[in-house]
Amino acid sequence: MVEQTQMESEGRGPDAGNVLRLREDEGTAEPAVTVEAFAGQTNASAVRIEPGEDARELIPHIGRIARVEVNFPAFGDGRGYSAARILREAGYDGEMRAVGDVLVDQIAYMRRCGFDAFEPDAPFNPGDAEAALNRWNDVYQKTVDGRTPIWALRHGRKDGAVDG
Amino acid sequence: MYKYDTYDQQMVDTRVAEFRDQTRRRLSGELSEDQFKPLRLMNGLYLQLHAYMLRVAVPYGTLNGEQMRMLARIADKYDRGYGHFTTRQNIQYNWIKLEDAPDILADLATVEMHAIQTSGNCIRNISSDHFAGAAADEVTDPRPYAELLRQWSSFHPEFSYLPRKFKIAVIASDTDRAAMRLHDIGIQIVTNDAGELGCAFYIGGGMGRTPMVAPLIRDFVPLDEMVTYCEAALRVYNRHGRRDNKYKARIKILVHEMGKDEYARQVEEEFAHLKGEGIEPPLAELDRIREYFADPAFKSDLPDDIDRSDPDFALWADRNTVAHKAPGYVAAVISLKPVGGIPGDASTAQMQVMADLATRYSFDECRVTHTQNIVLPHVEKGQLYELFKELDAAGLATPNLDQIGDIIACPGLDYCSLANARSIPLAQKIATRFAENGKGDTLGELKLKISGCINACGHHHAGHIGILGVDRKGTENYQLLLGGSEAADTSLAKITGPGFDEDGIVDAIETTTDVYLAQREDGERFLDTYRRIGMTPFKEALYG
Repeated sequence: MVEQTQMESEGRGPDAGNVLRLREDEGTAEPAVTVEAFAGQTNASAVRIEPGEDARELIPHIGRIARVEVNFPAFGDGRGYSAARILREAGYDGEMRAVGDVLVDQIAYMRRCGFDAFEPDAPFNPGDAEAALNRWNDVYQKTVDGRTPIWALRHGRKDGAVDG
Repeated sequence: MYKYDTYDQQMVDTRVAEFRDQTRRRLSGELSEDQFKPLRLMNGLYLQLHAYMLRVAVPYGTLNGEQMRMLARIADKYDRGYGHFTTRQNIQYNWIKLEDAPDILADLATVEMHAIQTSGNCIRNISSDHFAGAAADEVTDPRPYAELLRQWSSFHPEFSYLPRKFKIAVIASDTDRAAMRLHDIGIQIVTNDAGELGCAFYIGGGMGRTPMVAPLIRDFVPLDEMVTYCEAALRVYNRHGRRDNKYKARIKILVHEMGKDEYARQVEEEFAHLKGEGIEPPLAELDRIREYFADPAFKSDLPDDIDRSDPDFALWADRNTVAHKAPGYVAAVISLKPVGGIPGDASTAQMQVMADLATRYSFDECRVTHTQNIVLPHVEKGQLYELFKELDAAGLATPNLDQIGDIIACPGLDYCSLANARSIPLAQKIATRFAENGKGDTLGELKLKISGCINACGHHHAGHIGILGVDRKGTENYQLLLGGSEAADTSLAKITGPGFDEDGIVDAIETTTDVYLAQREDGERFLDTYRRIGMTPFKEALYG
């Protein structure tokens, strides 16, 4: 089953305003720094990845990251989907926020790639966002969201599955 | 043939509901055209010169009778009574209303069809050998692998906003009937020394303005790692493919600029990592899919000869049928290239006839070819004459498979918003010229392909003779290319020289074929003669 998503359009953290967060934790108020700056600032805990940057550079620092922002300057540039998934595959479990030109019709796929917060330039209609996140009962691929793919359901396997 | 289970059906139904909601938001103005565009494209809906065009997926080109009947019904109910079969084994309808599109998708879903990812910068419909399951030379039927990849690539969350469109073909024989090496990924199912099946991956081919033949990136990927390897190949592309220039955004440019060895190295690295992620379906899933593609119940002890007393039939049988792996059977090709017709078009009535004939003569199965014809893959030789008579009555028995009249042509400037020149009238003129002067019958195999712009939807780079329509100072102009091939000996055609106007290009084709007829040696096809004598004699005749 699809887990029920909480609609928190006010955000839980101090980023009040246009943030949809699907996490229970408080989050951090700290502003995000660039990937380049992050490596040198050992007290920074939030970082923003731009489309051309290599998410794998952050892997050695995963333990001290509370929020990753993946910037989408244009909705058609899909590099951020790989960036998010790579960090989740590396074990990152903090907040993964898609920011910028993020459209409501993209958030279901983003969720599958490990995003759990969205800060779109133009606010979502809450009803549309909820519909988008709950639309797909099943999925064809195994990714990092813990959902059991259809091929596993067909063969009675639950490996990697998390009951929602 | 594959049959949806409840999961597959639910996925397609969900997509219909999603697109209905998106269309509603577009019609109410909630979504801008810019925002709606990628959504409609991923459902096969283009905005063309005069109307919306809907491209319906025919996965690996295979259809049953009921599905073909539905295609006929859609042509009748929502379009102008015809559809156009495409070079990617799909069908497109040219006169669609946006508000009808969700209903059309819902109708398609009732027969296990869809338009998912037939456009947009995502993984497109998987194509395959149109003689799969019938060809004697295949190591296995390639379609189960294509179906596994269809499911993997459908709604892929990471690879739906790629730098550019992404086309995959799967074949399983050394004879390439799917232009496999002109795809972003071409997979050939092969057997290794131990007798195990696996995949050879060719990556970075394509046509368009920079045609490239895909290099071999890995010679053997075990079957139970195929999806993982695809995922690795796509991830490297999604991260590093160029996004600064849409004309340099295909994977062929990445592989070329990065170098195939470096690309292969990066894929290997990603592959090694992804193997630990458990993303590969088990072999049991491949076995499940394979069962749907078991041979139909071929009869044994069928007569293996054909009564050739009707000369029209004998000609058609010689030209339009292909040897079958089962004794007593042939694969019959229905030409959608009548002289003077629009290549690849079929009317509602013709689609109904083809559906009916597929049911009665070919175990309820037909195929769409990338050369825009229809195959009845499993026909008893003893029933071939009857079949021919029925085809003939429906105007579907043109005996011109792989002849000069069997032209591939894109929709061109008659429909397409990208085109620089018309393709269809040119195809009609050429076919008519060679029918009227009788030369068509003397030329043998000659693959002529026409694109109305540099994007090469008409595969002109791969034509024995290719024609490229360009815009020259506001008038349509046609460049002539010679020597291309999409077969196992894949080669790219070369341009002869300055272009021609519409009548000039028809004359130029005739001049070109005259050079061939004068110079050919025993048994040589046009392509063989060209390869032997080179471009010069043709240039001299054309421009001398």
